[in-house]
Amino acid sequence: MSAARGLATLAAGVLFGFGLSYSTMIRPEVVLSFLRFEDFGLMLVMGGAVVVVALVYKLAPRLLARPLLGDHFHAHPSAWNRDTAVGAALFGVGWGLCGVCPGPAIAGLGAGNWDLLWALAGIALGALVQGLRAK
Amino acid sequence: MNLSLSLFPLGWQHYLLGGLIIGLGTSLLFVLTGRIGGMSTVFSSTWSFVVRRPFFQQARFVESRGWRLVYAAGLILGALVWWLGFAGGKPEATAVPVWQLLVGGFFVGYGARLGNGCTSGHGICGLGSLQLPSLMAVLTFMATAFLTANLAARWLA
Repeated sequence: MSAARGLATLAAGVLFGFGLSYSTMIRPEVVLSFLRFEDFGLMLVMGGAVVVVALVYKLAPRLLARPLLGDHFHAHPSAWNRDTAVGAALFGVGWGLCGVCPGPAIAGLGAGNWDLLWALAGIALGALVQGLRAK
Repeated sequence: MNLSLSLFPLGWQHYLLGGLIIGLGTSLLFVLTGRIGGMSTVFSSTWSFVVRRPFFQQARFVESRGWRLVYAAGLILGALVWWLGFAGGKPEATAVPVWQLLVGGFFVGYGARLGNGCTSGHGICGLGSLQLPSLMAVLTFMATAFLTANLAARWLA
């Protein structure tokens, strides 16, 4: 990884982490209040992000032959199958129980929310068990 | 005004602005490096440093584990900037019980990796690339999350 690409990746992460914090998504209580239909803010967060990303994912490959610091544009591969369905359903159960998803579990540490280390440990453990059970 | 207050009792501007900034971060990653910035893969790719099993040694994990950790470090740094610059540096905390964080986290990690995406992977990158399977995944996890959160509020509170 070249220094420029590393720096670009870090800067993108900084924006992502800042946005997650600014929108208070790093507070499990705010996420849970969305899931209990008390505050619909999460729809604005996700909607705002999706609109920007959809525009850029569509336009960038048309306007640029390749990424400014890379050799090709990647794609998000997703398929609808049993694993995706079961995985998404289990993800939702966990998310509804703790109000923490992978991004906020990581970003929350930067705001001194050490309680989120428990969620982070749970996520890491869940990913490990999934990998050990795979195939 | 009443509708806005009942849908968004804490205001709506910070949600929308925060979401746009998240979108800018994911977009910057794509325009500069071509990478798709979902967050849950880092939890599999990082295990590839220590777990030798073939599953974790797949090229898609080994080749991306470096930048995914840098991206995760950026997340922490971005939150730190917000915390010190905008939130007064008062430590965040949560009243959600430890067992719920741990057990809920376990299902989040297991499910996101089995289903190949989370709220950012399917929700932002997948919907952003107009992928129908990602929309199905989002509708599925929203449904089970609504159900779980409401039942938990009733039974566990």
